[in-house]
Amino acid sequence: MPGAIYAEGLVKTFGDVRALDGVDLDVPEGTVLGLLGPNGAGKTTAVRCLTTLLRPDSGKAVVAGIDVLKHPNEVRRSIGLSGQFAAVDEYLTGRENLHMVGQLYQMRAKQAKVRAVELLEQFNLTDAADRTAKTYSGGMRRRLDLAAALVVSPPVMFMDEPTTGLDPRNRQQLWEVIKQLVSGGTTLLLTTQYLEEADHLAHNICVVDHGRVIARGTSDQLKARTGGERVEVVVQDREHIATATEVLRGFGKGETTVEEHTRRLTVPVTGGAKLLAEVIRELDARGIEIDDIGLRRPTLDDVFLSLTGHLAEQKDEGNGVAADPDTKGHENTKEASR
Amino acid sequence: MSAVTDAVRTAAPGGSLGQSVRDSLVVAKRNLIRMTRIPEMVLFGIIQPVMFVVMFTYVFGGSMQIGSTTDAGVYKDFLMAGIFAQTVTFATAGAAAGIADDMQKGLVDRFRSLPMARGAVLTGRTVADLVQTSITLLVLAIVALIVGWRTGSADPTNAGRILAGFGLLLLLGYAFTWIGALIGLSVRTPEAATSGGIIWLFPVTFVSNAFVDSSQMTPWLRHIAEWNPFSATVQACRELFGNPGVVQSDAWPMQHPVWASVIWSVLIVVVFRTLAVRKYRQADG
Repeated sequence: MPGAIYAEGLVKTFGDVRALDGVDLDVPEGTVLGLLGPNGAGKTTAVRCLTTLLRPDSGKAVVAGIDVLKHPNEVRRSIGLSGQFAAVDEYLTGRENLHMVGQLYQMRAKQAKVRAVELLEQFNLTDAADRTAKTYSGGMRRRLDLAAALVVSPPVMFMDEPTTGLDPRNRQQLWEVIKQLVSGGTTLLLTTQYLEEADHLAHNICVVDHGRVIARGTSDQLKARTGGERVEVVVQDREHIATATEVLRGFGKGETTVEEHTRRLTVPVTGGAKLLAEVIRELDARGIEIDDIGLRRPTLDDVFLSLTGHLAEQKDEGNGVAADPDTKGHENTKEASR
Repeated sequence: MSAVTDAVRTAAPGGSLGQSVRDSLVVAKRNLIRMTRIPEMVLFGIIQPVMFVVMFTYVFGGSMQIGSTTDAGVYKDFLMAGIFAQTVTFATAGAAAGIADDMQKGLVDRFRSLPMARGAVLTGRTVADLVQTSITLLVLAIVALIVGWRTGSADPTNAGRILAGFGLLLLLGYAFTWIGALIGLSVRTPEAATSGGIIWLFPVTFVSNAFVDSSQMTPWLRHIAEWNPFSATVQACRELFGNPGVVQSDAWPMQHPVWASVIWSVLIVVVFRTLAVRKYRQADG
């Protein structure tokens, strides 16, 4: 049985850019899918297609059991969307915003009013309820936006980069809200550029780049794909690199990589902290002084790097054209002809 | 923060026409609340035409020939229908800027993801603009009376004709806000929408019978002026108000200005509402 959010072969092109190039998704009911990728990877386009804002060129999408392309208005009744920008009317008060959205979800005026009060309470906005949203801080606006998306407690939620631009404290707060929401049974699709965020909130992760899903699995599965733990050593003296490499070879389960200029040596290992202690003793016995040593487990950054060849933070300008190999080739040609 | 407690899991389905009206009113209310929060917008909307009244009356007044007279008093009575009509068309810019702003702020995305009537966001906006236009027009009429504008006869049976004139003006203004809605959906920023909503109004309102006697224009320009949808309303108002300067012409809209005014306005609403709602449904901000 397909999940609460299901997509098959979604394609959407804008001119020459294939924003979505055959995306398949399946999010089981009550779980969180993290759509992870750099700017321009196609995350927002995917959300827009699934929330009826954009019609895909081809493919199939089913949300809450309803065909998105055939019955968009029925889908709209069952979803909540919190977009990339806090989409609240800044000249309306928090209460007025929620009241309006409730009515547009076809609640009766009175019912919408009651619901607004509940949500303001739930999102810690009661004190600011009758101030215009213009006076709200970024975090408050985000909370109001999220509250608006939750007016009808929709079974399926979409959040497009919900914490972008928030400070760490507000981000933490919003994470708590999202966790509570999910524990109540809501199915959530969340896009993010923050690997930490996906790690923290998502049951499953899809890594997207250039409109394609390039990897999927749980956070642990993705990390396991990238490789297990490694010991990383930074020696104090460049002259000790050779000896240290020899030591690490004795403990390692694979090739030792050496970065000469940072004096950093990395080797894949198994054995965890116990092994690390042995490495330290051995290095010490050989008289090698070290600046830093540690047992590293792969982060989602590593996952991303190994999958895409670039870090998630490296932002492709706009539509991802900048990272396109053809464009780069073109630039090289220009350089060469000068 | 407590867990989500509300039992409403999905929104109730709504009927079609009733829902349209209801949703439009919700959006109209939202836009009217906004106006009360940004009163300076309403104020500037009033000051501008008042300035036009004063400048045209006192600066141009004495040198304009209407029919065979250059009497400033005659020009004053001639002018007002033109200023009224121009004022209502300027609501276009407000609608355009407002909708472009909603697009930019992501509000249109929010509305489009809600199970609401498709045309309601735009209808609500145009209805709110109609309310604002009515207020502006009321203030302007009072200013016009103060500077000496008079309708043709003090006979109270004329009240109906005068109200009909203002009705035509509001209908014209309402029609033009639909052009504004389409402009607002078509441009990238509210700033562009403001200029895009107003620039073309200058030729439309000046190549007309609004400020000068169009019968004194060169023939090709006169034809344009006489078939200009805007001129029909101005001519109709002059007739209904009993003001001087009614153009004598063979052009059908000048001979039947009230009908022409209604037909033009309804036509503009039908065409531009269709285009704007279609654009809204595909809107991709």
